[in-house]
Amino acid sequence: MKIMTCPLNGPRNISEFHCAGEAVLQPDPRDLSDADWADHLFLANNSLGVVREWWCHTPSSYWFIAERHTGSDEILKTYPANEFFRERVDFDAREEGA
Amino acid sequence: MTLRRLFASIAVFRLLSRKTISAVMVFALLKYGLKGRYRPRPDFRHAADLKPSYDVVIIGAGGHGLATAYYLSNYHGIRSVCVIDKGYLAGGNTARNTAVIRSNYITPESVRFYKESVELYRDLSDELDYNMLFTQRGQLTLAHSDATVRTFRMRAEVGKHCGTNIELVDRKQIREIVPQLHMPEEHRSPVLAGLWHPDGATGRHDAVAWGYAARAMDKGVEVHQRTEAQCIVKEGDRAVAVETNCGTVHAGNIVQAVAGYSSVLAKMAGFRLPIRSYPLQAMVTQPLKPFLDPLVSSAGLHAYVSQTSRGELVIGGGSDPYELYSTRSTLDLKESLIGHTVELFPFLARVRLLRQWAGITDMTPDYSPIMGESPVRNYWLDAGWGTWGFKATPVSGKRMAECVANEKMPAILEPFRLARFKTFDLVNEMGATAASH
Repeated sequence: MKIMTCPLNGPRNISEFHCAGEAVLQPDPRDLSDADWADHLFLANNSLGVVREWWCHTPSSYWFIAERHTGSDEILKTYPANEFFRERVDFDAREEGA
Repeated sequence: MTLRRLFASIAVFRLLSRKTISAVMVFALLKYGLKGRYRPRPDFRHAADLKPSYDVVIIGAGGHGLATAYYLSNYHGIRSVCVIDKGYLAGGNTARNTAVIRSNYITPESVRFYKESVELYRDLSDELDYNMLFTQRGQLTLAHSDATVRTFRMRAEVGKHCGTNIELVDRKQIREIVPQLHMPEEHRSPVLAGLWHPDGATGRHDAVAWGYAARAMDKGVEVHQRTEAQCIVKEGDRAVAVETNCGTVHAGNIVQAVAGYSSVLAKMAGFRLPIRSYPLQAMVTQPLKPFLDPLVSSAGLHAYVSQTSRGELVIGGGSDPYELYSTRSTLDLKESLIGHTVELFPFLARVRLLRQWAGITDMTPDYSPIMGESPVRNYWLDAGWGTWGFKATPVSGKRMAECVANEKMPAILEPFRLARFKTFDLVNEMGATAASH
């Protein structure tokens, strides 16, 4: 059994977790071309090395960040998402006619 | 002694299917059986050091890379071809797949493409003079929900329209095709219907790569093992050379066919791909008496089973739950695969496992490959083969060779171009993988 340490629930079986892919900052959709939006949707770094990822402990629905090596599957660090996403992201709609 | 050898060759002769026996083979076999000495016949010529330049350098000596080298050298007259691999010949996913050959896809683009592959496979042993042990035994996919039955109906109609052998079958017909299958009616998700694809086939996966390699080498293609691509050298927007641990090699055209490592290579060439790498695990049991002729798979149970000509049962299923570049095996996935297989064939519960392994699959968002042009000129992609690469080996080799020789995408590859992700023209094959992921 592989163990992952949840920042909220402590060490748990990895089968209780769901990986949601690499944690990347979302580009501002208001000034993004269609091609850039397609890049953001589909392209992946798919790096071989240490990657920062979104993980969720499904029974408690707690989302956090994990740093994992994609070559060895070693989980190096797990921490709450606010340590990575320090600033509040607002998705305001552009004003009509602006 | 000679008589014993003669009997031995007759025994071999009897094992061959009637279709493949020709008068020429009978004499060749008799001659071989009566020979006094048996010298091993080397299949491969070992290349000397890397030359400073080639017309085409192919990165990845798996089935796809070697097939591309074969069609380039045998059909397009391009003999200055070098295939490099950081490991050994056909040691990646070519050695790790479950040898399923089929064309029962859902979009006409894919059906046409994979149909050509099945047709090439059918004649491949003759074409390469190398026995692929190709047997067209049919593939049966099971539906456990109404939604799956609806997709099966669509796949059957698309397949018939494109000229493949495929039909929707009911429970009674399923029982006739695979009498050993356990199909209780009182079950949380009973088998409702099946998709019967008589064109479905299997073959010896290693032989496919070895055959292509041997016939490509006959024409002067060089294969360099333990030669790792470390950097793609560019001049402006054009790729001109590959730096390896054995020296730099210049190339008119470069092809990357590296499956799970597609993103790593693309990064060297300076671009990103819509690919994520996941391990795919599989295993075989100890050999059993032949009992299972067709290949059986179930999208609902995430499992597929077939019996090899040696009698082993090959069991495969869905990919791992998260991205990884490691070929380790996990108990979780093995447990679920075995559980689902035993649900289909309960009498296998006491059979022992012989081997287990994993391959690294390069999954695309639409479950279709990425072939042809890349953002770098003279740098060609044969990537995104996820869990469906083996069955496409001949057609991808043939069409990639055509693409590189003419420096132009053939029409059949157009739907699979990388640029489809910019224009949102995805070729959605998610419903048509043997076990949905």
